[in-house]
Amino acid sequence: MVQSIIRALSVVCLLSLAACMGGESKVEQGNREGVLHYGNGSEPQGLDPHVVTGVPENKIIRTLFEGLAVKNPYTLEPEPGVAASWDISADGKQIVFHINPKARWSNGDPVTAHDYVWSWRRALDPNMGNQYAYMLYPVLNAEAYATGQLDDVEQLGVTAKDDLTLVVTLNAPTPYFIQLMDHYSTFAVHPATVSQFGGATDRFTPWTRAGNMVSNGPFVLTEWKLNRYIRVEKNPMYWNADNVTLNAVMFYPTENLTSEERMFRAGQLHYTNEVPLDKIPVYKSMQNSPFAQAPYLGTYYYLLNTNKAPMDDVRVRKALSMAVDRETLVSTVLQNAYVPAYSITPPDTLGYFPPKTFSYDPEQARQLLAQAGYPNGENWPGLELTYNTSENHRKVAVAIQQMWKDVLNIEVSLANQEWKVYLDSVNQMNFQIARRGWIGDYVDPNNFLDLFITEGGNNNTGYSDPEYDEIILRQAPNAPSREERYALFRKAETMLMEEMPILPIYTYTSKHLIHPSVKGMPPNLMDSLNIRYVWLDSNETLKAE
Amino acid sequence: MWRFVIGRLLQAIPVIFVVITATFFLVRAAPGGPFDAEKAVIPEVKAALERQYRLDLPLHEQYFAYLGDLMQGDLGPSFKYPGRSINELIESGLPVTAELGAYALLIALVVGGLSGILAALRPNTLQDYIPMSLAMVGICMPTFLLGPLLVLLFGIELDWLPVSGWGDIPGDKLMPSITLGAAYAAYVARLSRAGMLEVLSQDYIRTARAKGLPEWQVVIKHGLRGGMLPVVAFLGPAFAGLLAGSFVVETIFQIPGLGRFYVQAAFNRDYTMILGTTVFLSTLIVLFNLLSDIVAAWLNPRLRAQLSE
Repeated sequence: MVQSIIRALSVVCLLSLAACMGGESKVEQGNREGVLHYGNGSEPQGLDPHVVTGVPENKIIRTLFEGLAVKNPYTLEPEPGVAASWDISADGKQIVFHINPKARWSNGDPVTAHDYVWSWRRALDPNMGNQYAYMLYPVLNAEAYATGQLDDVEQLGVTAKDDLTLVVTLNAPTPYFIQLMDHYSTFAVHPATVSQFGGATDRFTPWTRAGNMVSNGPFVLTEWKLNRYIRVEKNPMYWNADNVTLNAVMFYPTENLTSEERMFRAGQLHYTNEVPLDKIPVYKSMQNSPFAQAPYLGTYYYLLNTNKAPMDDVRVRKALSMAVDRETLVSTVLQNAYVPAYSITPPDTLGYFPPKTFSYDPEQARQLLAQAGYPNGENWPGLELTYNTSENHRKVAVAIQQMWKDVLNIEVSLANQEWKVYLDSVNQMNFQIARRGWIGDYVDPNNFLDLFITEGGNNNTGYSDPEYDEIILRQAPNAPSREERYALFRKAETMLMEEMPILPIYTYTSKHLIHPSVKGMPPNLMDSLNIRYVWLDSNETLKAE
Repeated sequence: MWRFVIGRLLQAIPVIFVVITATFFLVRAAPGGPFDAEKAVIPEVKAALERQYRLDLPLHEQYFAYLGDLMQGDLGPSFKYPGRSINELIESGLPVTAELGAYALLIALVVGGLSGILAALRPNTLQDYIPMSLAMVGICMPTFLLGPLLVLLFGIELDWLPVSGWGDIPGDKLMPSITLGAAYAAYVARLSRAGMLEVLSQDYIRTARAKGLPEWQVVIKHGLRGGMLPVVAFLGPAFAGLLAGSFVVETIFQIPGLGRFYVQAAFNRDYTMILGTTVFLSTLIVLFNLLSDIVAAWLNPRLRAQLSE
C-alpha cells in the first residue's frame, strides 16, 4: 500500500517534470514574436507621471508616454518627441514648442498644446502632492503656484497659442530646460481620461489601470498583473509607429538580484536591471559576455556635517578625504564595479568634466590633521559614520574606517540605521558623517552643483558660500555659451571641493546582463532607454564562455 | 461543542483588538515616515500628501478613524502604491500565497507523514534512520539555501524547471512549493513518527493485530487516527506560519504573493499596509489555531466526549 502510493507519486512528479523540459525559452519566443523581456527592478508604485518618483516607474512610463523632446540614447542630446521643433528666444526666457500635427493619443485624439497647459497645471497643483513638481520650477510663477503662494493659475508661464503651439515663459534662462521635457513629471496626460476616473488632482483614481489608460507614447498598457509583470504593446496611433520595431515589452519586478540573474541564465529575460556584485568577476572574465557596465549619472559620497566639531574645521575634512584611497577601495572591495570619484559631478556629464582638486595623499592628510590640532590622532574626539542598512554600504564604511585608522590613527565608529531612520537623521542633520547617493534627474552639471546652494533641500552639510550661490543661481544660467557655462561650473565645483563639505567616493555605474539579440540599447550615462530604437535580432544567441 | 467554538471566537476579539492597537501606535513611534525620500520633499508637497492620507489629524483621531474604516472592512489606501487600496493588494497576493502554502502543506503532509509512519513501523532500523536523518537536514536547511540549490540544479544545470514565476510557465509552481514544504515536511515526519510510535505500542493495537487484521489495516484504520494527533495540532499554526513566512520563498522565486508586501511595508513605513497585513494575518492565525483545536477534538474521542457534555 505505502509502496504503491510512493510509486504513484514518483510517477506524477516525473511526468510533471517531463512536461516542462525542453521547449523554447521566453527569450527565444520573444525574439521570434518581437517581445522584449525586461527585468525592471521592482513593482512600480504607479504609472501616473505626476505621482510617481522612481526609476522602475520611469522605464515603463517612458514607453507609454512621450515628452515634448526625447533623449537620443547614443548622445543624450534632445531630439524631437511630441514637439517637432522648438524655438528659444534670444534672451533664453521664452521657448515656443511646435507640436507635431501627427501626434496622437492612443484613442485617436490629437495631442494639443492645451493638453500640456492642463497637464502642467495639474503637475504643479499643490493638492496633487507631486514630489517632482520642482522639475517645472524654471517656468514663470511655477514655484509660487506649487507652494500655494499664488492662486491664479492663469499667471503660470505656460500658454497655448493655438492647438499646436505651446509657449513657455521661464523665470530665467534655463539651458537644460529642453532636457527636462524628457522627464515624466513634465509629460502630458490625457485630460478627458484623467477627469473621467476622478478629480484632476486626485492621486487615488484608476485611470492608470490597463483598459483605462490613454497615453501618447510608442506603446500602450495592455496588462498589469501586480507583482508579476506589466505588458505594453505597440501603439498603432503613435505618430512614429512605422519606426517602432518591437511588438511588446514585458516588464518584470525583479526585486531580488540573484533571482534575476538566474532568470537571465534560464532564458527568461533579455535584460537584467542589475548584476549581483559577486558575479561580476565571473561575467567579466567571459568571452562574448552579456555583461555591460557603464558610468551612471550618480555619485556615492559621504556628507560631512560642517556644523559639528571636529568637522567644522576644513583641515579635518580635507584630511579625511585625502586619507581615503579610492582606487584601492574600488578595485578590491567593490570589484571594479564603480569608478573612483574626486568630485560631485560624474565625468562627461554632457561634455562636462569635473576638476580634480586633490588625490590620495597620506602625508598631506597627516599634516592637515596635525595643523587642526590632532597630530597622529592625539586628542581626537571620535567620530561617528552613519549609513543605512546594506551589505555594500557596510563594506565601504568598514574599509574607509580602516584607512582612516591606518593613515591618520583616528578612531571612527560606525552606526548602521534602518532606511527611514537614516533618512530622518540626514534630513535633521543629526549625524557627523553620513553616507549619501545622488542620482541625477537630467544630464546637466547643474543637477549636482545646485545641491549645495545655501539652505538647499539636499545640501545637508551646512555648507554655505554666497559666491557659490551667485555662480550657480545667476551667472551660469545667463552664460552665453555652453563652454562659458561649463567654465563657471568648474569654478564653482573647485570652490566646493576646496571646502570639502562632502567626501566623494565613487561614481555609480549601470550594470546589466543583455542578451546579444537585443539591439539599439547602447550604454549611456542616464541608463536611458529609448524604446523606439530597440529591436531584436533572432539570429543572435548567447554564446558566452 | 458550539459553546467551545463560540467561546474561543469571543476570546479572539480582544486579542485582535490588542494587535491592532499595538501595531497602530508602534509603527507611528518608529522614526521616519512614509513620505521621507532620499531627495528632499518640498514641505508644501509633504503637507498635501499628509492631508490626503489624514496624517494631519491628531494621532488619536487617526486611530479612531482607522478603527471606523476597519469595522466596514476598509483597510485604507496604500502609501507606497498610490491608487491602490490595501484590500486590493491583499486580494491580489492572498490567493497566490494561499496556493503556495497549500501545496507546501500538502507536500509536508504526504512526504513527512509517509516517512514518519514508515520510520515508526520499524524503529531503530535503516527504514527509521534514513528518513529521520533527512528530516533533521530538512529542519536545519533554511529555505534561502534550499531554494537557490534547487534552482541551480533543476533550473539551470538540468534545465527542467523554470527558475521563477508563478503560473506563467508550466511547472513553475513545483520548486517553490517543495522549498517551502521541505522544512515543514521534516517537522511532520518527526511528529508523526513520535505519534505513531506511541499509538502502535498501545493495547488496542495489539488487540487488532491479535484479531488477525492485515498490518496495513492496523496502521491505517487504528493507528493513524491517534498517531496523527500531534501533526493536526501542529497544522493550524503551521499553515498560518506558511502564509506569514513565505516571504523568503516568494523573493527567491519572484512570486507575487502577500509575503513580499508584508515585509516591504515595514521598510517603506507604509502604515496602512503594515496594519492591514498584520491584522489580516493575526486573524488568520487565531482562526487556524481554533480550527486545529476543533479537528484535534474531533479526532480524540476522550476530548470529544468532554466537550459534548
